[in-house]
Amino acid sequence: MKQFLNNLALSLVGLFIVGGLWALLSATVSPDLPSPWRTWQESKVYILSPWEKRGEMDQGIGLMTAYSLFRVAKGFFLAILIGTPLGFMLGSSNTFFKMFDPTIQLLRPISPLAWLPLGLVLFRQSEPAALFTIALCSMWPTVINTMTGVRAIPQDYLNVARVLRLSKWRQFTKVWLPATLPYMFTGYRLSLGIAWLVIVAAEMLTGTPGVGGFLWQEYNSLIYSHILLSILTIGIVGFALDRMMGFAETKLRAI
Amino acid sequence: MSFIELKDVSKSYGPRNVLSGVNLTLDEGEFVSIVGASASGKTTLLKAAAGLIPYDKGSITMAGEAVTDFSTKASYIFQNYSLLPWLSAFENVNLAVEAAFPDWPKPMQKEQSEKYLQMVGLGAALLKKPSQLSGGMRQRVSIARAFATEPRVMFLDEPFGALDALTRATLQQELTTLCRSVGRPVTALMITNNVDEAILLSDRILALSRGPGATLSPAVSVNLPRPRGADLLMHDDQAIRVRNHLAEFLLAGSDRERPAQRPEAPAASKDVPVEASI
Repeated sequence: MKQFLNNLALSLVGLFIVGGLWALLSATVSPDLPSPWRTWQESKVYILSPWEKRGEMDQGIGLMTAYSLFRVAKGFFLAILIGTPLGFMLGSSNTFFKMFDPTIQLLRPISPLAWLPLGLVLFRQSEPAALFTIALCSMWPTVINTMTGVRAIPQDYLNVARVLRLSKWRQFTKVWLPATLPYMFTGYRLSLGIAWLVIVAAEMLTGTPGVGGFLWQEYNSLIYSHILLSILTIGIVGFALDRMMGFAETKLRAI
Repeated sequence: MSFIELKDVSKSYGPRNVLSGVNLTLDEGEFVSIVGASASGKTTLLKAAAGLIPYDKGSITMAGEAVTDFSTKASYIFQNYSLLPWLSAFENVNLAVEAAFPDWPKPMQKEQSEKYLQMVGLGAALLKKPSQLSGGMRQRVSIARAFATEPRVMFLDEPFGALDALTRATLQQELTTLCRSVGRPVTALMITNNVDEAILLSDRILALSRGPGATLSPAVSVNLPRPRGADLLMHDDQAIRVRNHLAEFLLAGSDRERPAQRPEAPAASKDVPVEASI
């Protein structure tokens, strides 16, 4: 407990230092950068009534975040729905691996900014295009970690499955899946992180309501303090998501 | 007719000839051990006999039929227990029972699993995960799992190799009891690097010469009354004779094979296989 308080105090000091630097910068070299105080003054209406809807792009920060989270959830769900079986197939079949691994390595480093126009061409609507981009970009850690997990199943367990003459389904549910689960969850955690990164790009380019869309709109409206509000929100939510997945992961490993 | 028969079985891994011309027969209900130093090809022999790996030449039959895959009548006990860590002791055993008797109703399967866990003295640890059990208890679960499927043949891959001497002795006794108490003949083929263990458990013992190209020695019968206590090994003339005979074979093998075919091996390790066993 004492350790925890100590760590908390230290991280608050760090936060304070960065905040101080921010204030210093806005006061001296970059007058366009709103100071922390001005950011608060101009943003508090969004923060203090987070669920208020005044217009399509003028909503409380809670609502904006909810839109983004909902969109991310859909894209992320799609990603793990496709990525997990794909990882299993890549991990269990050498032929499949040799066939598709080069293509995957090729697709993996492509930026969301490149996929989004393709999605818009394919679906002609911003919402499915955004989901397409999120799913496609955030899928890879799930695919690769699941694949690694399947390949790392100890030979002992496979021998047991053979010697007990388990049916294919039982082999999968009793040996493969539990042995791979920790790897899969590491993949899910990384995937969720990427999905949250992508959402901002997707919303910016499509102009849909959400934290990213709000950020871009406020940039165009020259209200710079709201850019900072969005950035901070994105950081806090991303941090919370990662912690949540990390918590689920440790729970899982304890089993 | 013998129950399990290996005729002239050879096996190579690439250019490395592991087994050459291995002959072995087991009668129904017989407990046969093969002793040999580590890396002599024991595990290869056992896995081939069990139908887990293919062999190059010769034939292996069980109850008159060629062995092509792991038999439904067989069980296999691994040296490192090989329990699934995410399942409890009961679930580990029940998984085997469900696979072996898919037609049984659930309560009957459950009863069978519990019965065998109680037989190895783990009635109170049914819900424990393998990580909560000691090495000896884990091997007990694995023994229960092997017997609960009511096999006619048992393959044992150095089953007590990873245990301390005391636990080893207890479990050896329990294994003998289990083999005799299940009410039907269990044919067992065990490999071990421990000559004493082989004497305590077996009806017949064969020694595997040091590879590459390992072959089996002529069999030595052990006609000692059961149960056999560890003191037997020290005082009984027959036990001493059997042990010396096997030791001689293993030693001779290591003298003959090593300098010629494994020049890279240091001379100091020459007596390791026998010293480890006696």
